[in-house]
Amino acid sequence: MDKPSNFVVERAAFPQLFAALDTRGYTIVGPTVRDGAIVYDALRGVDDLPIGWTDAQDGGVYRLARRADAALFGYNTSPHAWKKFLYPPAVRLTHARRENGAWRVMENDDAPPRYAFLGVRACDLAAIEIQDKVFLQGAYQDSIYAARREPAFILAVNCAQAGGTCFCASMGTGPRATQGFDLALTEILEAEQHYFLVQVGTERGAEVLNELAHRQATDEEMARAEKILLETAQHMGRTLDTRDLKALLYQNYEHPHWNAVAARCLACANCTLVCPTCFCSTMEDVTDLSGENAERWRKWDSCFTMDFSYIHGGSVRQTHRARYRQWLTHKLATWIDQFGTSGCVGCGRCITWCPVAIDLTAEVRALRDTETIKGA
Amino acid sequence: MAKQRKPKVAVWKFSSCDGCQLSLLDCEDELLTVAGAVEIANFPEASRAVVKGPYDISLVEGSITTPHDVERIQEVRRESDFLITIGACATAGGIQALRNFSNVQEFISIVYATPAYISTLATSTPIRSHVRVDFELHGCPINKYQLLEVINALLNGRKPNIPAHSVCVECKRRGLACVLVTHGTPCLGPVTHAGCGALCPAYQRGCYGCFGPMETPNTTALAAQWKHLGVSEQDLMRAFRGFNAFAEPFRQESEKHG
Repeated sequence: MDKPSNFVVERAAFPQLFAALDTRGYTIVGPTVRDGAIVYDALRGVDDLPIGWTDAQDGGVYRLARRADAALFGYNTSPHAWKKFLYPPAVRLTHARRENGAWRVMENDDAPPRYAFLGVRACDLAAIEIQDKVFLQGAYQDSIYAARREPAFILAVNCAQAGGTCFCASMGTGPRATQGFDLALTEILEAEQHYFLVQVGTERGAEVLNELAHRQATDEEMARAEKILLETAQHMGRTLDTRDLKALLYQNYEHPHWNAVAARCLACANCTLVCPTCFCSTMEDVTDLSGENAERWRKWDSCFTMDFSYIHGGSVRQTHRARYRQWLTHKLATWIDQFGTSGCVGCGRCITWCPVAIDLTAEVRALRDTETIKGA
Repeated sequence: MAKQRKPKVAVWKFSSCDGCQLSLLDCEDELLTVAGAVEIANFPEASRAVVKGPYDISLVEGSITTPHDVERIQEVRRESDFLITIGACATAGGIQALRNFSNVQEFISIVYATPAYISTLATSTPIRSHVRVDFELHGCPINKYQLLEVINALLNGRKPNIPAHSVCVECKRRGLACVLVTHGTPCLGPVTHAGCGALCPAYQRGCYGCFGPMETPNTTALAAQWKHLGVSEQDLMRAFRGFNAFAEPFRQESEKHG
């Protein structure tokens, strides 16, 4: 495509999307209301979407709320990232059987679902791009991630509102989806109208769009979408000053503020588990009682657990101070050296889902404002 | 593999409700396999037959509450190669450790018609306070799969997969939405030892701390958040004074409130 084309799909035509994806064999997952939150789960049709629901988020607080309209995507981030599909919380890596005194190792023969993700926000697209770097672009490819990631169809949704803990504008990742999608929507509700401005990202996306009733967007409709995105960017619930952030963290390993955070930190690991880019895991070898069959499982782990840094003699990071500092410094500084990008996309999940409302934007601000050790 | 003698397993009961040893009977599907892999030498809930010691593995349920218990646990330790405590009573003193915060003589005079017949200690204490313990399995009651895992690991000479991190890790792996954050329900999950698979949060309830303190619990920070949610000092004290009231981090936190 020479230039990005924009189309309009009316709300009435939106259910056709499900049929189009279904006939292509996708397992459709996206936002739905469950357990007092808008979570990502399997969707059977448009009625499973959080129609007319939104979320109000702040540090340690998430509340589901009714909207005045019937928006399909009128909320912000979910309690969990898309990584739960691409990088499963627990997955069997291999299994083995003892035969004639030797171990026969067998390949996993499970075929993962071909996912279609509905409603991926710009921050989460950026997160998927980061996990692509981690899992696919190093010396070794993660076959489990690759098998799920490569066929995945991504329908992005531009954010028509900013959440209370959002700061994608600071991280340069949103609120507009610019790449990494098959189709990207902007949902527009005004007066009696309810439609989606659609941008096509791939040929595959174009084929799906062709199965939905659509038309070329007018300049007016495109301008309307622009205005919505501009307003979203101006209403971020949080901001993070990223100037010299890497240097700031590298120069402040011994800043007394780490103690203040440690006094509040539960080391519960929630921030890392909800983070869309955190990728640490642990291995568990299990046997059956006879010892004739063994399995190796990979499970999500976190740098906040003691086992995570356990080596001969004990855990390297004994204190909450050491663990929080490790996490924040990796996320915002050493990640850049390791992967050429920040590990933070500004989705705000670690702020909302911290049970005691620790806010990394506030912690960075505190470090910056009270920096005492300057190049000492 | 060379055919070896089956390991002899004994189950011992101290002050407890029997719920934890019943978890072993509750292993229905796996019970016959377990029975095939080990020799059950003493298991009061399953059989009166007692095989003489020594024992390869002793599973100890219950806390130490009487002078007789104090002697008996020494005997169990002497006869056991590997001693595993099972459940909140054996690892933390159990609900009966609430006596540790009061005067047990008063209870005796109120409850029993002839207090003179009662020989009891002033405290309910975990097995660890009396003898060396090789492994502690948490929970009120324990998770039967964790019990199987420990026996399995011992039989196969590997490390048991019993993580000591928070319940939150299990909650997030299950894909649950945090009850504390989504509806302000007080939850002990962030300071509680994993093992239940986030059972209560899966039913939209806060964690009651059945598995006791996690590896590095910051109870003070969680208590401050509970207060912020409107929980009274007395309720905070009660929350930490449950089945694991005498586990040190919970005991200390409970004494700051109410």
